[in-house]
Amino acid sequence: MTDSNVSRHKASDPAEWVDQYGDVLFRFALSRLRDPDAAEEVVQETFVAALRARHQYSGEGSERAWLTGICRRKIVDCIRRRNRPDAATGGEQDNDPSAEFFDAKGNWRFDPRIMGGRPEAAMEREEFWEAFRSCLKRLPQRQADVFMLREFDELSGDQICKELGITSSNLWVLLHRARLRLTRCMKFHLEKWGPTDDASLPRGLPFGVRVDGA
Amino acid sequence: MLRCREVSRLVSESMERNLPLRQRLQVWLHLAMCRLCAGFARQLRFLRRAIQENSERLTQDPTAPEPTLSEEAREQIKAALREGQV
Repeated sequence: MTDSNVSRHKASDPAEWVDQYGDVLFRFALSRLRDPDAAEEVVQETFVAALRARHQYSGEGSERAWLTGICRRKIVDCIRRRNRPDAATGGEQDNDPSAEFFDAKGNWRFDPRIMGGRPEAAMEREEFWEAFRSCLKRLPQRQADVFMLREFDELSGDQICKELGITSSNLWVLLHRARLRLTRCMKFHLEKWGPTDDASLPRGLPFGVRVDGA
Repeated sequence: MLRCREVSRLVSESMERNLPLRQRLQVWLHLAMCRLCAGFARQLRFLRRAIQENSERLTQDPTAPEPTLSEEAREQIKAALREGQV
């Protein structure tokens, strides 16, 4: 190869970015923020930051990947802003909800097992994904925000704590509450089908033991 | 003996870090006897894997139209970019 630029991408004209990448970035931001106004703002911040940093774009990797990387940063910034203790929307009261899930003795108020303990069986059905999506949408904002960063963006707990300025125990509580809510919500949505009857399950086996073909 | 309330919390926490030995034993003991908590623990790992493998499907309904930037936002962003370029 004589031309050293041949494997490099050239940055396109910023005037064309919005039409070329605007919707892709908007959908990504919306998937993480669940708020169209906030997502639009993040897209604008992304493009403006990209414009300033244009000369730093190395040409390695696609322009879309470069912009998506900037967008990720801007999403985290937005999440930090809206969850600051003094933020009008992020400061929602989050009282200990454990009484909703456990009785006074600390026992489950409901059977937490989706599909009678076999959630895999539900994956084939569109209803499962519908329930999953709608339950994710119902999480309180703070819980949803940390849950998305942890499970969808696969950030480490330490990274999230650093980005959002919260403690580990704070993070664990939020994640646990999100998981409890999600569990109960999905259980409720999927109640109508699937074996909730324990008779179909192997009895007395400790956690981790699988009985295949049962 | 730990209750389901504490065990579910520790099970969730164990998705984030290694629990101290003592707690790990307490949880294990409880899970060996409580099918609800054992199911919950297994389910948390299942949900994590399901999300990792289906993140797009979980944030966008494949049968719904894909959301797009509003015309207003599009124009505003273009204006901001023009301003930034001069």
